[in-house]
Amino acid sequence: MAEEFAVRMVNITKTFGHVVANDKVYLELRRGEILSLLGENGSGKTTLMNMLSGIYFPDEGQIYINGREVTIASPHDAYALGIGMVHQHFKLVDVLTAAENIALGLPGGVVVDRKGIAEKVRQICDRYGFSVDPDKKIYDMSVSEKQTLEIVKTLYRGAEILILDEPTAVLTPQETKKLFDVMRNMRADGKSIIIITHKLAEVLEISDRVTVLRKGEYIGDMDTAKADARALTDMMVGRTVTLNIQRDEPVNVQRRLEIRNLTVKDSDGVTRLDDINLDVYAGEILGVAGISGCGQKELLEAIAGLQTAVSGSSVKYRPTGPDGPAEELLGLGPRAVSDRGIRLAFVPEDRLGMGLVANMDLVDNMMLKEYRSGKSPIVERRHPSEMAREIVRELEVVTPGIDTPVRKLSGGNVQKILVGREIAMNPTVLMSAYAVRGLDINTSYTIYRLLGEQKKAGVAVIYVGEDLDVLLQLCDRIAVLCGGRLNGVLDGRTATKEEVGYLMTTLQADRKEASA
Amino acid sequence: MTKHEPLIHIVKRDGMAWWRAWAIRLISAVMALLVCALFIYGLTKLNPIKVYGAMWEGAFGSPRRAWITARDTAILLCIGVGLAPAFMMRFWNVGAEGQVLMGGCATAAVLIYGGAALPTWALLCAGALASLAAGALWGLIPALFKARWNTNETLFTLMMNYIAIQITCFLVATWENPKGSNSVGIINQKTQAGWFPALFGQQYMMNVILVLALTVGVFLYLRYTKQGYEISVVGESENTARYAGINVRRVLVRTMAISGAICGLSGFVAVAGSSHTISTSTAGGRGFTAIIVAWMAKFNTFVMVLIALLLVFLEKGAVQIASQFHLNDYASDVVTGIILFFLLGSEFFIQYSLRFRSHTHAKEAEA
Amino acid sequence: MTQLISLLTSAVVFGTVILYGAVGEIITEKSGNLNLGVPGIMFLGGIAGLAAAFFYELHAAEPVGAIGLALSFLAAIAASALGGLIYAFLTITLRANQNVTGLTLTIFGAGLANLFGGSLNALAGGVGQISVAVTSRAYRAYIPALAGMGRVGQLLFSFGFMAYLAIAIALLASWFLNRSRVGLNLRAVGEDPATADAAGISVTRYKYLATCAGAAVSGLGGLYYVMDYIKGTWSTDGTIEALGWLAVALVIFATWRPARAIWSAYLFGVLYWAYNYIAGLSRATIELFKMLPYVVTILVLVAVSMRRSKEAQPPKSLGLSYFREER
Repeated sequence: MAEEFAVRMVNITKTFGHVVANDKVYLELRRGEILSLLGENGSGKTTLMNMLSGIYFPDEGQIYINGREVTIASPHDAYALGIGMVHQHFKLVDVLTAAENIALGLPGGVVVDRKGIAEKVRQICDRYGFSVDPDKKIYDMSVSEKQTLEIVKTLYRGAEILILDEPTAVLTPQETKKLFDVMRNMRADGKSIIIITHKLAEVLEISDRVTVLRKGEYIGDMDTAKADARALTDMMVGRTVTLNIQRDEPVNVQRRLEIRNLTVKDSDGVTRLDDINLDVYAGEILGVAGISGCGQKELLEAIAGLQTAVSGSSVKYRPTGPDGPAEELLGLGPRAVSDRGIRLAFVPEDRLGMGLVANMDLVDNMMLKEYRSGKSPIVERRHPSEMAREIVRELEVVTPGIDTPVRKLSGGNVQKILVGREIAMNPTVLMSAYAVRGLDINTSYTIYRLLGEQKKAGVAVIYVGEDLDVLLQLCDRIAVLCGGRLNGVLDGRTATKEEVGYLMTTLQADRKEASA
Repeated sequence: MTKHEPLIHIVKRDGMAWWRAWAIRLISAVMALLVCALFIYGLTKLNPIKVYGAMWEGAFGSPRRAWITARDTAILLCIGVGLAPAFMMRFWNVGAEGQVLMGGCATAAVLIYGGAALPTWALLCAGALASLAAGALWGLIPALFKARWNTNETLFTLMMNYIAIQITCFLVATWENPKGSNSVGIINQKTQAGWFPALFGQQYMMNVILVLALTVGVFLYLRYTKQGYEISVVGESENTARYAGINVRRVLVRTMAISGAICGLSGFVAVAGSSHTISTSTAGGRGFTAIIVAWMAKFNTFVMVLIALLLVFLEKGAVQIASQFHLNDYASDVVTGIILFFLLGSEFFIQYSLRFRSHTHAKEAEA
Repeated sequence: MTQLISLLTSAVVFGTVILYGAVGEIITEKSGNLNLGVPGIMFLGGIAGLAAAFFYELHAAEPVGAIGLALSFLAAIAASALGGLIYAFLTITLRANQNVTGLTLTIFGAGLANLFGGSLNALAGGVGQISVAVTSRAYRAYIPALAGMGRVGQLLFSFGFMAYLAIAIALLASWFLNRSRVGLNLRAVGEDPATADAAGISVTRYKYLATCAGAAVSGLGGLYYVMDYIKGTWSTDGTIEALGWLAVALVIFATWRPARAIWSAYLFGVLYWAYNYIAGLSRATIELFKMLPYVVTILVLVAVSMRRSKEAQPPKSLGLSYFREER
């Protein structure tokens, strides 16, 4: 037991296609400590942990468990080494009970030993302060109960090293507190724990040490006792990189969308957007920053009429400025919006699953929003063909032809078609979600340029993004979402990366009113 | 997750040139015929090539036989064409059998009750309309429940078949002629009122023309109309459909009404244009066979012509060898089954490709 | 009273055929495979059993019922499991569409069975209809002492052994799915193959085994029909097919629970035969009566979807192929 480290990951590299997800990353977990793994979206935290739990296999590098070099080729291997991971998406079968889920795939006798399982579950619960009802069905459980069960499941399988992937993202503050108590109990019992997170307050509260990743690279680690929120933010977001994105001064700015008291709940009744108040102006680009899953998707979809908002919410559309006539967008639905002549363009995050039809060719995808126009029952393909040809020519889309299914094109070309189509409708409002995700540099700049042109043309542009450098250099104002709430609105020209990063990770008290 | 990497790795293909896909299908059809040949040889000890020759005889050996093959192909094709819109929307309408029967019953009712009073053209119009309505109704019921409560459409439409079958039995018993025969007999045998008239001297020409018109019509509907476009968007991705402002429920209900109506019209063709009677064999399992036709043709109604013809050819051929070599004609179902198994299996090699592992550590995501 | 007893006995005989079919299909569907080939599999089981008994009785100098029974039983299980294997290979390994493959299996099974059922005797050089009297008698044997005990005896003990075996298999399947470890893993495969896969369960192996075992059980329904219901003969009237679809309906009616399928099967039998015991029905009305099982099945299906009860739903991945790398 001389070995101090439960886990050492050395020089780990993992690539997916041409994307480097982890580049020579180091990670050390001491026995009996809680380590925070901190980083922005896409910094490679989950990828790194998936290699520890046997879901991915590293391209390069070594993993040492308790000082011994090991090969982890499957979740099975990981369990054998005492490593258990609780994923963000729970792996539980809905119609089975807690005990049955625990027993899944485990060796044992002919009959499921419910009593034995229940007894062992009770022991685990007593030891660490959980509460799990072994006979409760998963579909009757709250998110927090499911998470507890996942943790118990890993302990039941003998995990000594636990990995929790953003466990607090789905919990209320009270539930988070309970989770942290349990984590401390487990630490006291000698378990070693890694918690993936990007909430600084939690890092400081729960962990002994923190390791920071940025863009797939290892930045450093430090004892939490010596860290503070500002220092961690700096490590996490890094120095500002100059991108040379052209940003013109906004002209003729006027209010186009008034978002008031916007609250959205999902089908489970969980609040996804909490009382948002925000104005969107024609002639400027409004950036929306936030850790992923903090309500960005719901915000855009609510405006587009794809999400039902709680009553009392309101999104007013003012085509001619603040004094002109207003139209309530909520409750209309996309069809009614376009029937009223409101030209609302939306580039959704899921390009092939929502914005485009993967199996259709360019022409048919061009028609998606305008096919209804005209009285004839026959679709008109001449104009869409011209449109497709024009977009292919102007945006330099690489495609064998306009009759190629879009699923055969590369990600960048798919996005050019989607953005091209949305811009071709001459929008008054243009919303985009993660418009440059997965795109190469050149295509990204094409997108920035297009958004800038739209702004100059007097369109109200909303840009939901994840790269802070881009947000700071492209947008005129930046609204920061945190946990479904509007955590502040900053001026894109004066705000610093640290300020945005801080607002993304630390919920401000009494930040309900829109500012700036 | 297994510890040992499988030697063969299955990868979804990005797409395949159409001629390669058809080459694969052709190869599998040839292999199926070889297996069938073995089967026939094992059963009869006859030269399979002669047997296939006899099958050709049975299907196309005389003008009369060729016309009967065409007539039966037309009905099978008509049902397949009716299923195309539903399948394109990814709605599993396995209720064609029932929709055909309801259409057939409606037609028979018109012919029986209107036979004496109305001229043939009026009977045909009324029969067509009645069969369209009856089929549409049978398609609508499951669709409404699917739209409102997401009731499983495969199981629902399947059950609707048997209700239709019992209704047909009920009507057969009600209309039976002569009493006690438990069959309706040939309706309007003397007057031929409400029968398809012979065109160009061919008794079944009208069947063929009508169904071919439908085939072209549905192809055009799916490819060139706004409604057809909506169907394909809904079928590909409901999420995109909502994004584009398409009312998914309305498209679902409307499309199933159309699909059921065309299947119902097949019943009209079968009753007024072919058998001139009604019984459960008016559909006779063709509602199920047509599902296979529609699926294999990937919703392309012109490809359906080929597949329907192939299946009817097999059936007619097998009937011929059965009588020639003293088997019963169920041999055709066996041959059909074997060929379909091979064709179904061949799709795998079009959709996926097999790769042998070059190195053991390539693990795919599973998060 | 006598009428009621006779209705109930014929309901049990009828119910036993579809109970086999349904319990087998439940086992298959619990793995996520919707096998619409049940009628075809029942055909295969029926004809294989009949053929085995036929050749045994043809070649044995003095056929013994027990041997004919054993041979035909094994042949039925083997043939129907083989039918399941065809389906499994096409849908699991080659990922063919489940509905279409199942329907094809029904066409194939019905064709093969009717082909042989109709011409077996002729092929073997005999004349007239095929018949396996000795074996069939063995299937229909019961203990006279018990069956003789008045009405109760007639109601409970007057059936061949397969009627009791069906109940035993249904109860066993119920225990297997709800209590046993392997059954639990199987349910996980049908509900959520990705989760089962992550838990170290071999999805492919479970699907194959469940499909073949389920087919074997379904096939026994065909065997019982041939040996007991129509007393060791063959008829090409398509009754097996109708019964096969009724078995699929029964799966829904019993909301995927084998134990519930037992009484539901007998209820279907009562509904099916009730017309015999209601005075004054015309032949036409009788046909309407026969649709009752399907109507109540639809009502159950609709009720289940309206209540959105989590319990009575079809297995979540029913009808879908599993391909790990699709996400």
